[in-house]
Amino acid sequence: MTCLPTTSPQKKLGLVIDLDICVGCHACAVNCKEWNTGGHSAPLTDMDPYGQDPNGVWFNRIHSFEVVDEDNDSRTVHFPKSCLHCDDAPCVTVCPTGASYKREEDGIVLVDADKCIGCKLCSWACAYGAREYDEDAGIMKKCTLCVDRIYNENLPEASRVPACVSTCPVGARSFGDLNDPTSDVSQLVADREGFDLMAELDYKPTNKYLPPRPKQNEHTVSASNKPVALTPVSTEKAGLLAQWADKVLSL
Amino acid sequence: MHPAKSVILFTTASGAGYGLLFLLITGHMFGVFPADSTLAYSGFGTAFMMIIIGLLSSTFHLGRPERAWRALTQWKSSWLSREGILAIVTFGPTGIYGLCWIFAPNTTISLLLIIGVTALLLCAATVYCTSMIYACLKPVSAWHNRFVPASYLALSLSTGALLLNGILHLQGKNTPLFDMITIALILVSVIIKYYYWKYIGETKGISTVGSATGLGSMGKVRLLEAAHTEANYLMKEMGFQIARKHAKKLRNITFISGFILPVFLISLTGITESAGISNLLVFCSIFFGAIGIVTERWLFFAEAKHTVSLYYGAQSV
Repeated sequence: MTCLPTTSPQKKLGLVIDLDICVGCHACAVNCKEWNTGGHSAPLTDMDPYGQDPNGVWFNRIHSFEVVDEDNDSRTVHFPKSCLHCDDAPCVTVCPTGASYKREEDGIVLVDADKCIGCKLCSWACAYGAREYDEDAGIMKKCTLCVDRIYNENLPEASRVPACVSTCPVGARSFGDLNDPTSDVSQLVADREGFDLMAELDYKPTNKYLPPRPKQNEHTVSASNKPVALTPVSTEKAGLLAQWADKVLSL
Repeated sequence: MHPAKSVILFTTASGAGYGLLFLLITGHMFGVFPADSTLAYSGFGTAFMMIIIGLLSSTFHLGRPERAWRALTQWKSSWLSREGILAIVTFGPTGIYGLCWIFAPNTTISLLLIIGVTALLLCAATVYCTSMIYACLKPVSAWHNRFVPASYLALSLSTGALLLNGILHLQGKNTPLFDMITIALILVSVIIKYYYWKYIGETKGISTVGSATGLGSMGKVRLLEAAHTEANYLMKEMGFQIARKHAKKLRNITFISGFILPVFLISLTGITESAGISNLLVFCSIFFGAIGIVTERWLFFAEAKHTVSLYYGAQSV
């Protein structure tokens, strides 16, 4: 049944993404694609991969936003986005076939590839754009939280985390049980005031995002809070030869 | 949202079919039409044809149509599943009512009443479920409101009435009463549609790019760099732009072709003596009504904005 589990899952496995640390290198998306194209929902089909209009299924996409504050001071925030494994997941309840389901044991939301009819309604119900349709297979695909890695006893214990977490070169992604208040990820969320995306829709996403820290402004901003302009290093006039070279080269 | 042709055909054709069944059975129960079998054959035949075309068309939208039967299993949670089940169940009482009408005109009134009322409730419930497939989606604020079920139900009845009115005229069984009913149903639809457009024009979704990224409290957020260079599934399916550009013109087409012209043409049948001209007028009323309802449904999809577009450059939805 595509009803949600009646009892709240014991564990709520999910990701905590630190927007302060992420540098937007897209390594998590690439490693996700690499692992999952051979994993639970394989393949992550690419249509026309070397042609004019390459497109395909990815479980993780990195958007980059600019935030401009009241002082016209801007900063760039790289924003990785994948399935948030919501507690109240409408992508599951709208599914007419029972293909979309939420696991009782750990809260992971998955698609049963043998039952999906490719009606795409789940992708409409997801506010976050976490589901991508595989045109070739005719079914919906989505992040599995690397369910085939995190419990995989053939992998060394340190590798039993989602591919995106294992590859992040700056440690911007953490994985763990967000239902356990003592877990590292829950502590991180509590310390850094982690937040839900589009909390107003009440989907109760499991994944949390950590806000960028306030800017360390003393070196880059003057007392008046205006950015310091670059000043010439030397005020002396250049020599004759240098002036002549400058003229010639400027022609 | 991307306006898929198969879904437009499904919602309009099956909507008109259920509306036609509803009016045919109600009219028969109240003795509005003569209870002859020609009307039953043509009325039920047209309605079932429209519904079957609609249901078949909806399966063309599927990636794996051979598994479509699985969509009948999740009635506990899914409006799409409920719609599928009710669509099939409705064939029962409506079909039996039609058979009684044709082959057993002496069926007792109470039995006919039970079958008829069940059929009417099922027709209405099926159209309601179709509308709830869209109205239950929170990320699309243009759909997540009470005007959506109201307009689906009203348009189902008015398009069904247009068809039934056409059948009655062709068979010379038209009455001023049914002409008036058709016009009244079209007017109710246009009022509801007007308020729907007013609502979506004045109401914005509660989500913004600020809440979608959680960065809104830090300042003004804008997309700096897209996540990918080419359009992906999400942008094609949920970032449809064309209709919004022409929304006003298309609304006028819907208004004139779908509502004004049919009302005008049906009114004209009242002043002509010639059956030929009258038939031509009702044929035109159905033709323009069809253009209107398809434009209306196309706009219903194309005008609706999804919260996903907040991650692709939209400031609000």
